Amino acid sequence: MKYNADEKGYYGEFGGAYIPEMLYPNVEELRQNYLKIMAEESFQKEFNELLKEYVGRPTPLYFAKRLSEKYNTKIYLKREDLCHTGAHKVNNTIGQILMAQRLKKKRIIAETGAGQHGVATATVCALMGLECIVYMGEIDIERQAPNVARMKMLGATVVPALSGSRTLKDATNEAIRDWINNPTDTHYIIGSVVGPHPYPDMVARFQSVISKEIKSQLQEKEGRKNPDYVIACVGGGSNAAGAFYEYLDTPEVGILAVEAAGKGIDTGKSAATSVLGKMGIIHGSKTLLMQTPDGQITEPYSISAGLDYPGVGPMHAHLFKSGRGEFHSVTDDEAMKAGLELCKLEGIIPAIESSHALALFEKKQFKKEDVIVVNLSGRGDKDLNTYIEYFNL
Amino acid sequence: MNRIQQKLEQDKKLLSIYFSAGFPELNDTVSILEKLEANGVDMVEIGLPFSDPLADGPTIQQSSTQALKNGMTTQILFDQLENIRERVSIPLLIMGYFNPILQYGVEAFCKKCKESGIDGLIIPDLPLAEYEAHYKDIFDKYGLMNIFLITPQTSDDRIHQIDAASKGFIYMVSSASTTGSGSAFGNEQEEYFERIHKLKLKNPCIVGFGIKDANTFSMATKRASGAIIGSGFIKMLSKDGIEGIGPFVAAIR
Ligand SMILES: Cc1ncc(COP(=O)(O)O)c(C=O)c1O
Repeated sequence: MKYNADEKGYYGEFGGAYIPEMLYPNVEELRQNYLKIMAEESFQKEFNELLKEYVGRPTPLYFAKRLSEKYNTKIYLKREDLCHTGAHKVNNTIGQILMAQRLKKKRIIAETGAGQHGVATATVCALMGLECIVYMGEIDIERQAPNVARMKMLGATVVPALSGSRTLKDATNEAIRDWINNPTDTHYIIGSVVGPHPYPDMVARFQSVISKEIKSQLQEKEGRKNPDYVIACVGGGSNAAGAFYEYLDTPEVGILAVEAAGKGIDTGKSAATSVLGKMGIIHGSKTLLMQTPDGQITEPYSISAGLDYPGVGPMHAHLFKSGRGEFHSVTDDEAMKAGLELCKLEGIIPAIESSHALALFEKKQFKKEDVIVVNLSGRGDKDLNTYIEYFNL
Repeated sequence: MNRIQQKLEQDKKLLSIYFSAGFPELNDTVSILEKLEANGVDMVEIGLPFSDPLADGPTIQQSSTQALKNGMTTQILFDQLENIRERVSIPLLIMGYFNPILQYGVEAFCKKCKESGIDGLIIPDLPLAEYEAHYKDIFDKYGLMNIFLITPQTSDDRIHQIDAASKGFIYMVSSASTTGSGSAFGNEQEEYFERIHKLKLKNPCIVGFGIKDANTFSMATKRASGAIIGSGFIKMLSKDGIEGIGPFVAAIR
């Protein structure tokens, strides 16, 4: 079984490029060039240098002693929360901005939900002096005001998505519509391993730096490259794709994906796509998505805006369907509790997305000698308002 | 010969209308089709509404959303169209996004289309490669024409490829835009229309996107075989309702 994209962008039966003809020239240009450009020595050099000097990589692989004691197993945290801008998202935006420059694009568009990807995109656009337009659902603009302000400070234009349910999926629709209307000078920086081929593969490759580092760091600390398990939360699935990437073909490493159950799987307020979704087409990709029996895409719910997406990337649909990945879902309450626990035990305030991954320790029993890596995808600063309201701080 | 091809053999420029099924009211579909035919429209694209119509501008987004709120589903549309061929004889196409069709079952959908007398399908997010690899045989089995789009950015090579794969006509998107963009046709469009004309394609081209009145219709059809009005028609429907169809069509040509 193969877990990476084939040349047509399929992961098993999932993936492909279901795009209107208006997008074909742009997507095809990218498809024909992305691997070639990424393989160029000058690209690699610039990418790695920026990750090191600007993003602050490698991020630590931190042994969480007190958390390990509590759950009677050996837990390492991959500290993506320490990346510049506060989450793993910037690994991808650095890669894509360099790609856009080599494709001679002058104008950058992006979608954002929580605002993390929007901030990461605005950041690299400022760095490179490129125009930046970020689409964000009108409702998310209200929920995530600090990130809206950050994007504006970084010089980006934030455009409210007023269509549909006015959240992440609609912001993505608006970004795609922008690209249709600006077919020659614009690059669309998608924020996760979603969208038409080659996006899922390209974003996964940029994020794969996470598991490359885990391998060498674990070798240093444990004398072995492979943990027993890697745990990551899945919204679209980019931090998970990055954390799993190097281990996809290593069956002795357990792949644990955690989705947002919201208020509970059966409450109608959930974002657990692997449980509630069916195969369909969203944003140009054939994948699992939440929809009505009639094929209308439904609105997900999670307390965490970054997990509030009705689909998952095609790689994850395939990991789920093939059984290579073990999928779990965690409710708002379980995630919030796990987030607060990490604060108290380790002095780290996690993003609520990442708290979902941490909540797995209450649900799954690990062995004492197991070595487990949790991808701590982001820090909780952006979520302070939600934490304050939830815990009456 | 399919009704679309027959129509295209006639020596006049085709006027085609797009509307969202289930808009303004759930059960307006049949009366709109009858009114369009009675007023001399040559062909109709019946829009199957979708929650996330990526290639559409605000007007068609809103009519789709309203249609869904009115309760429109794929099954209801087929129920409405069950006896349509007793009442309407112009070519009818269904235009919709691929996901609702996939959920209905591509084969079941095509079978229903054939039974209802639908002549062709326009599915913007089902591109040539995926169509040919996975679905062409099913469309062919039920005698449905699948209509592909080209845009000003489509390369000549790809246009020839699409021409070779097309039956019926090619849907020529007038400009780089989503549906209903307001800009008038300028030099760029004229050059594009001219360029396509010179390619001497085997299929006729029908222009869509941005056609809204007599002026844009006549510009678009100078070189092409016909033109499609969507957003402009829906705007009229929102304002004047079904009674506005006669005057609207009369003003186009
Ligand atoms: C910190 C953090 N983790 C995870 C996610 C979810 O995205 P993905 O599943 O692509 O990693 C987000 C998205 O905003 C995020 O900000």
